Amino acid sequence: MDIRSQIAMVFHLDKCIGCHTCSIACKNIWTDRKGAEYMWWNNVETKPGTGYPTKWEDQEIYKGGWEKNGDTVSLKGAGKFKGLKNIFHNPHLPVLDDYYEPWTYKYQDLFTAPEGNDQPTARPVSLVTGEHVDVQSGPNWDDDLGGSPDYARQDVNLDKLTAAEQEAMFQLERMTFFYLPRICNHCLNPACVASCPSGAIYKRGEDGIVLINQQRCRAWRMCVTACPYKKTYYNWHTGKSEKCVLCYPRLESGQAPACFHSCVGRIRYLGPLLYDADKIEQAAAAPEDQLVDAQMDIYLDPFDPEIIRQAKENGIADSTIEAAQRSPVWKFVKEWKLALPLHPEFRTLPNLFYVPALLPTMAKVNDGVYDSTGKSLWNGVESNRLPMRYLASLFSAGNTEKIVAVMKRLMAVRTHRRSVTVGDTSREEAAAALEEAGIDADTADAIFRLTSLATFDERFVIPAAHREESIEMLESTADVKGSTGFGFKERPQRGL
Amino acid sequence: MTNYLLFVALPYASLFIFLIGSIYRYRNRGFSVSSYSSQFLEGRRLFWGSQPFHWGLFVLFFGHLIAFLFPKSVLAWNGEPVRLLILEITAFAFGLSAFVGVLLLVQRRLTNRRIQIVTSKMDVVVFIILLVQIISGLLVAYHNRWGSSWFAAFVTPYLRSIFVFDPQMDAIASVDSLSLKIHVVSAFTLIAFIPFTRFMHFLVYPLDYTWRSYQQVIWNWNRKRIRTSRSHSEGRKSTNN
Repeated sequence: MDIRSQIAMVFHLDKCIGCHTCSIACKNIWTDRKGAEYMWWNNVETKPGTGYPTKWEDQEIYKGGWEKNGDTVSLKGAGKFKGLKNIFHNPHLPVLDDYYEPWTYKYQDLFTAPEGNDQPTARPVSLVTGEHVDVQSGPNWDDDLGGSPDYARQDVNLDKLTAAEQEAMFQLERMTFFYLPRICNHCLNPACVASCPSGAIYKRGEDGIVLINQQRCRAWRMCVTACPYKKTYYNWHTGKSEKCVLCYPRLESGQAPACFHSCVGRIRYLGPLLYDADKIEQAAAAPEDQLVDAQMDIYLDPFDPEIIRQAKENGIADSTIEAAQRSPVWKFVKEWKLALPLHPEFRTLPNLFYVPALLPTMAKVNDGVYDSTGKSLWNGVESNRLPMRYLASLFSAGNTEKIVAVMKRLMAVRTHRRSVTVGDTSREEAAAALEEAGIDADTADAIFRLTSLATFDERFVIPAAHREESIEMLESTADVKGSTGFGFKERPQRGL
Repeated sequence: MTNYLLFVALPYASLFIFLIGSIYRYRNRGFSVSSYSSQFLEGRRLFWGSQPFHWGLFVLFFGHLIAFLFPKSVLAWNGEPVRLLILEITAFAFGLSAFVGVLLLVQRRLTNRRIQIVTSKMDVVVFIILLVQIISGLLVAYHNRWGSSWFAAFVTPYLRSIFVFDPQMDAIASVDSLSLKIHVVSAFTLIAFIPFTRFMHFLVYPLDYTWRSYQQVIWNWNRKRIRTSRSHSEGRKSTNN
């Protein structure tokens, strides 16, 4: 057993209001630079929808992620042979138009336009070429368009649904949708790391953050293909790939990453998980319907004395073990089993987990008659607005049982709290729902508390990074007094 | 005197600049070492230019290297006229492929607005050197047959004399072929420009990818040492955020 610590995350989709504050916080800090304008390390998509870049989930197009190859896994569109063969032209690389052409407006024209009969306008200009552009698409062009033919109906996950199910999904005023915020998953089996020919991408041992060494990246651009979530981006100006850094300078000083910190809906949770690095390959190569369980098996119980002993032996700091015990991610993912990884069938073992959106129905329209005479306040999870099979395609590699179990637990918590606070559902009904979901009232209260009332320090449990130790390991701090820190020693400009 | 400048002074100056410049740039300006791929801005036309260009140059580079290192083996192979023809035609085909590729790349760079934006002055230099190099090479191959055989007599001794620091330029200077002389001079010019252009990227061709393990984990700490450190104190996070 090789116990390591990983900073893991949970996004509670029932709480996401789709305000894009996270995206803007990230953009302002990290990607407001030439060549990076089109990058959204954090983006929020409307589901069903095609996402950003368009149809990123469709690996028939982009060839991202891993595929099962006997007892192990191999990269789908990259790897040693394919990577070096395609090094002069990568056939699966998304181009700028698959994302969108970034633009700004000529605001100065508003001041300098000569007097005339028309109002002066600020025309959009491309941030790549500087020429006028007719804006055709953007990073969140499908925002709120739950029923649109261009976006929602093109959703890759709909392929697994029958025509009738698809119709039912779009029936209700064509308004069934939820938001899916996405950042880098900092995977346990990262495809970007494995695909990088120059070895510039690596996973940090201490906290599992996946980073690209800008000094070693040579623009072979295989990581862009290999990441099935399309969360590595090519900077066309500097000729280097870039990705979400999980705001590691903030994490190292005990602050939550910017997108987490700024989240208005407080949907985001962050904390360490202990895991067994020896099991990664086996879990990544599990049969499709067991992928979620296999991944869950990797994460280890931070309260188990034997695990604690081995973790200490492996050099994990006491502060990290203690943080793993308080970790909200541990609770959501392992203790309560409410959160699932996004597209586990990509086999990268992502460390960002989602509590799926519940979206229950209270009534149905039958032949034009509004019928709310269900047995209970909400109908069963099977009649939720989103078909279970759609959610299973997103969060459990098609395993509907997993999704139904999560939904039942979420619904039980809701029913239970309703009976406590409002009282229009009976105690017996709540107790029955809890029993069916396999949780007790105390657990339901704890879930409710962490979901709705959690404070900053409960949502973000950040272990001390012990930067002081790591720097002293590498160099004498006296030698670099006044010169350590974060940033470039040479200007990030193109070429010589 | 001109011959001396072109065939003795230039090669040594070029090799010196190449060696010092490449090492300096790799070590001190690592961020600038990149292939500067523009596929992200334009992918379809790049395919038709980049693939024939790179594979053409790839084969020709190793062809020249083999002829330089093992001239006797090449001569032995050429003993049969059929084999000589096969070798020459193959080499010429790859030369044409590189030529067509570079033309398509130049055309793409001139006509695509997005690619113009990412074209630097040094990229123009790169294209001029490449055009001169490839065109002169094709002319040599066409007019002065059969290069794979006389290479051993004229070029190998000259190059070897350069590398053993006993420059003998007579063989190359006496050749009555302007295109061959241009080819040699432009080759050394190309070498001199490597540290200043995107030519750098072929020096960092990721050969080590073939033997490294797929996943890479880097530890900042020495894990065991931190664990046993006596002076180690637990970090505490401020509570005011």
